[in-house]
Amino acid sequence: MSRPKNQNYKGHGLPKGKEREGEWDFYWCDVSWLRENFDHTYMDEHVRISHFRNHYELTRKNYMVKNLKRFRKQLEREVGKLEAAKCDFFPKTFEMPCEYHLFVEEFRKNPGITWIMKPVARSQGKGIFLFRRLKDIMDWRKGTAGKKLTSLEAQPARSAINPSGSHDTRSSDDQKDEIPVENYVAQRYIENPYLIGGRKFDLRVYVLVMSYIPLRAWLYRDGFARFSNTRFTLNSIDDQYVHLTNVAVQKTSPDYHPKKGCKWMLQRFRQYLASKHGPEAVEKLFSDMDNIFVKSLQSVQKVIISDKHCFELYGYDILIDQDLKPWLLEVNASPSLTASSQEDYELKTCLLEDTLHVVDMEARLTGREKRVGGFDLMWNDGPVSREEGAPDLSGMGNFVTNTHLGCVNDRKKQLRQLFHSLQGQKKVPS
Amino acid sequence: MLQEESDLSLIIAQIVQKLKGSNLYAQLERQAWASLQRPEIKLESLKEDIKEFFKISGWEKKLQNAVYSELSVFPLPSHPAAPPEHLKEPLVYMRKAQGSWEKRILKSLNSMCTELSIPLARKRPVGEQKELLNKWNEMGTDEPDLSLFRPVYAPKDFLEVLINLRNPNYENGDSLSFRTHLGLIQVPLKVKDIPELKEFFVELGLTTGQLGIDDSTQVPPELFENEHVRIGQKVLAEQDSAAAQQYVRQGSPTALRAELWALILNISSQPEDILYYEQLKTNVIQHDLLVDSLIYKDVKLTASNDDYYFVFEDYLYQVLLCFSRDTSVLGHFAYSSASPPKSYIRGKLGLEEYAVFYPPNGVIPFHGFSMYVAPLCFLYHEPSKLYQIFREMYVRFFFRLHSISSHPSGIVSLCLLFETLLQTYLPQLFYHLREIGAQPLRISFKWMVRAFSGYLATDQLLLLWDRILGYNSLEILAVLAAAVFAFRAVNLMEVTSLAAAEAVLADLSTLKVMPLLQIFLFATVT
Repeated sequence: MSRPKNQNYKGHGLPKGKEREGEWDFYWCDVSWLRENFDHTYMDEHVRISHFRNHYELTRKNYMVKNLKRFRKQLEREVGKLEAAKCDFFPKTFEMPCEYHLFVEEFRKNPGITWIMKPVARSQGKGIFLFRRLKDIMDWRKGTAGKKLTSLEAQPARSAINPSGSHDTRSSDDQKDEIPVENYVAQRYIENPYLIGGRKFDLRVYVLVMSYIPLRAWLYRDGFARFSNTRFTLNSIDDQYVHLTNVAVQKTSPDYHPKKGCKWMLQRFRQYLASKHGPEAVEKLFSDMDNIFVKSLQSVQKVIISDKHCFELYGYDILIDQDLKPWLLEVNASPSLTASSQEDYELKTCLLEDTLHVVDMEARLTGREKRVGGFDLMWNDGPVSREEGAPDLSGMGNFVTNTHLGCVNDRKKQLRQLFHSLQGQKKVPS
Repeated sequence: MLQEESDLSLIIAQIVQKLKGSNLYAQLERQAWASLQRPEIKLESLKEDIKEFFKISGWEKKLQNAVYSELSVFPLPSHPAAPPEHLKEPLVYMRKAQGSWEKRILKSLNSMCTELSIPLARKRPVGEQKELLNKWNEMGTDEPDLSLFRPVYAPKDFLEVLINLRNPNYENGDSLSFRTHLGLIQVPLKVKDIPELKEFFVELGLTTGQLGIDDSTQVPPELFENEHVRIGQKVLAEQDSAAAQQYVRQGSPTALRAELWALILNISSQPEDILYYEQLKTNVIQHDLLVDSLIYKDVKLTASNDDYYFVFEDYLYQVLLCFSRDTSVLGHFAYSSASPPKSYIRGKLGLEEYAVFYPPNGVIPFHGFSMYVAPLCFLYHEPSKLYQIFREMYVRFFFRLHSISSHPSGIVSLCLLFETLLQTYLPQLFYHLREIGAQPLRISFKWMVRAFSGYLATDQLLLLWDRILGYNSLEILAVLAAAVFAFRAVNLMEVTSLAAAEAVLADLSTLKVMPLLQIFLFATVT
C-alpha cells in the first residue's frame, strides 16, 4: 500500500524542486509549481496531485466569464431560454482592456450605477477598486493608475502573471503602453447586497472536484460567511474596508480586532436566514447556490484537461443580494487554509481530512458512496438524489439534491460508520 | 367561598384599573363607537351585540391577551392590608440587603463620576447631536476612549453579596443540617425538589415531543415536527397569548419563534410604539449620560468579542441607550425588590423636589448586561420591535437575575435550587468539588445571571428561552445548570482544583439543552 509521503496541510506546498525527483505519491502543490512542472512530470497510476493543469479556466475571472458566456449560448441553443437563464448568476463582466468598447456601451446604457474593477489573477482583495465615472478608469487606463491604487497594492503587472497568451485577444491599443498592463475585468457592482447587522458579507463554500470527465463534484457541508468590518453604504466607494469582505483586506482595517474574527459558520447563517425568511426561502436560496456550483463546473467541463491524477478543492465566493439571489463572485483554486480562529482551524483541518478521505489514496472506498465525512456527492455525471436508488430525472418529481450546505455536520460519526461498514465488506469474499 | 370571591373581584378591579389607562382601552372604545354603524347592532340588545361583534372581529382576543399579560406579570394581591413594600419583597431582611447593595452600586458610580469628573448627565451641543444622528446606525464604529471606565460591578461581586445573606430570624443552632451549610447560599428559601419540578415541567417529559430532541436529523419529521409546526401556525392565526405560551413549552419552530414570542409578551407594533421609540431616540441624541459609556464599554467587552453576536453590535447600542432613558421601565419597580437610584440636582442634595431617577429607567447596567439583548437580535430586525421585546423580557424576567429577593424566580432562589439539586442528587460530586475548593455555584453563577446567553450556542439558547417564556419562570436555568454538572460529572470527579473544574466547564457551546434537561429531570435514577 502506497504511503503518502509529501503532505503539506497548511498553506501551499513547499517548493520541493530538485530533491524530490518524483518520489512522492501525493502532492498538495502550489499552482506555480504545477505550471512549471506538470507537463514533464511522469506520474504513476495511483499518484494524486491537487490541481488540474488548466484550472485557471475556472479561476481566472476573465476566462471564467468567457466559458460561462459560451456555455450559456450553448444551453440556449440546445435546451432553451429558461435553462440558459439559470446561468445568470454572474454579474455583467467585461474583460479589460480588450472589451473596453463593449463595456463603455453597457456603461452608457446604465448611468449612475457602480462598477468594480478587479485584476484577473490576484487574490485577497489586492488591486480592486470601485468607480462610477468613466473618467476614473480612463485615468487608470492611461497608466496614471497610481491615483486609484491604494496602499494595499502590490506592484502592478508582471508578465509572469499572464499565461502564454492562447486566450489573449488584445486590441492594438495596448501595445502602445510602456508599462505592460495586467488584465482586469470590469464587473457590475452588486449595489443591494444582503446585510446582516448593517454589514456586507460573502459566503465561502468548498467544492471538491475529483474529475471533469465524467464530472464528479462533492460539496462540503461547512463553510463560512465573511463580514466586512464596517457598515455598508454606497456613499464611500473609496473605502476598501466597507466593500471588500476578504479577511485579508479586513485584517488591515484599523477597526480589525484579530480576536474577533469576522466570520460566521454557515450553520449559523442558515439558521439566521430561516428565522427571518422561513425555511422555504432558505431552501430555494441554497438550491440556487447548488445550481451555481454545477453550472460553473459544467461550463468548463470540456475545456479543462481532465487528468485522472488530478483533483481540486475550490473555494467559491458567493454574494447574496437583498432578494435572496446568490451571485458568483469568483472561484479560488487555492483557497486559504490558514486559520483566523479556533473554529476556523477546526473547519479547515476537518475539510482537509475529509478531502483526503475522498481522494482515497488507500483505496478504501467502493466508489458508490454519496457521503464521506462532511462531503456530500453533489454531481456524478448527473444530479445525485438524496433518496436511495436511481435519481429521478423526470423533471420535477420528488427530486431533492444530495446537498446539505449549512446543515448539521456529524462527520466523525459518519466516518466511523462508513469505515466500519467498509471493513465489514472487505472481510466478505466477493 | 366569600373570601375567594372578594379576592377575585379585587383582582378584576385592579386589572381593569390598569387597562383603563392603556392604549387598548382607547382602541376598544373607538371600535365600540364605530360598531354602532353596523346593521347587526340593535339598540335593544346593545350590550350583547357589541360583545358579539368584539368576539368576531378579534378584539375580544386582544383583550384576553392583555388580561393574561397582566396576570402573568403582576403578582396577585396578597392581603389588602399589606403595604406596597410587601409586593416588592415580603421579607424584611431581603429588602434591607437589596437596599445596601444598591447603596454600594450607587457609591461606586458616584465615585467613578467624581474621579473622572464627568457629569452624570449633560446636554449635547448641537454639533454633537447632528453627528450622533448621522451615525445612529453605526455607533459601533465609534471608538471613544473607554479605558478609564470600569463596569460598576460584575456578577462575581454580586455573588459575594448573596453568599453573605443571612436571615436574622433563622438560627441553625447545634444541629448541623447536611443541606444548609454545604453550599454557598445560607438562606432558607423554599425551592422545588425533583418530584415537584417533574410536575411543573411536565411537558418536558419523555413521552412528549420536544423541539431540540424530536426534530433531530434521525427522527422523521412526520412523527412530531410537522404536526407541531402546523399547530404553531394555528396558534398564530388565532392570536391567543395563553395558547402560545402553552405551545412554546415544547419548543418553537425557528420560522415562527419571533411572532410567537411577540404574541406571548403581548407586543404588537402599533404606530404609538414606534413613535415612543423614536422619542427615546431623540432623548439619546439630546442628552449624554454617564451610563452610556458604561453601556459602550460593556458591549465592546462582551458582545463585540463574541463569535456570533459581534454582527449585531450596532443594534445593541440602539436598544440599550434608548432603554436607559425609558421611564416606563420604572413601573416594574412596583413588583421588584429593587428601587431606582435617586440623584439630586446639583446643590439640592436631600431635597425630594429636586430628586430624579438616575438613569431615567432606574437600571444601572453591569458587566454582561448587553448579553440579554444579543440573542434577540437573531429574531427581530426592526429596532423598535427589538426594543419592545427586550424591554418586556427585562421587566418580566431579567430583572430578577440581578436583584436580591425571595421570589422563586429570583437569583437567590435559583442559586439555592441549583445547590440543593446538586447536593441531593449528586452528593458525591458536590462533596468532592467542595473539598477541592471548587464550590459549584462559583462556576454556574455566571451562567444563570446571564440566562446562559453567550455560553450556549444560539439555537440552543433560544430553545431554552422558549421554555422560560412557556413556563413564565426562570427555574429552568437552575435545573439546566445542575444538568450540565451531572453531564460532566465523570470529568469533574477527577479534577483537583477550581481552575481545573472551570476548565472542564469552560465550553458549553456544544451542549444540547433539551436532552440534558430531560435526562436530568426524567431519566435519572434517584
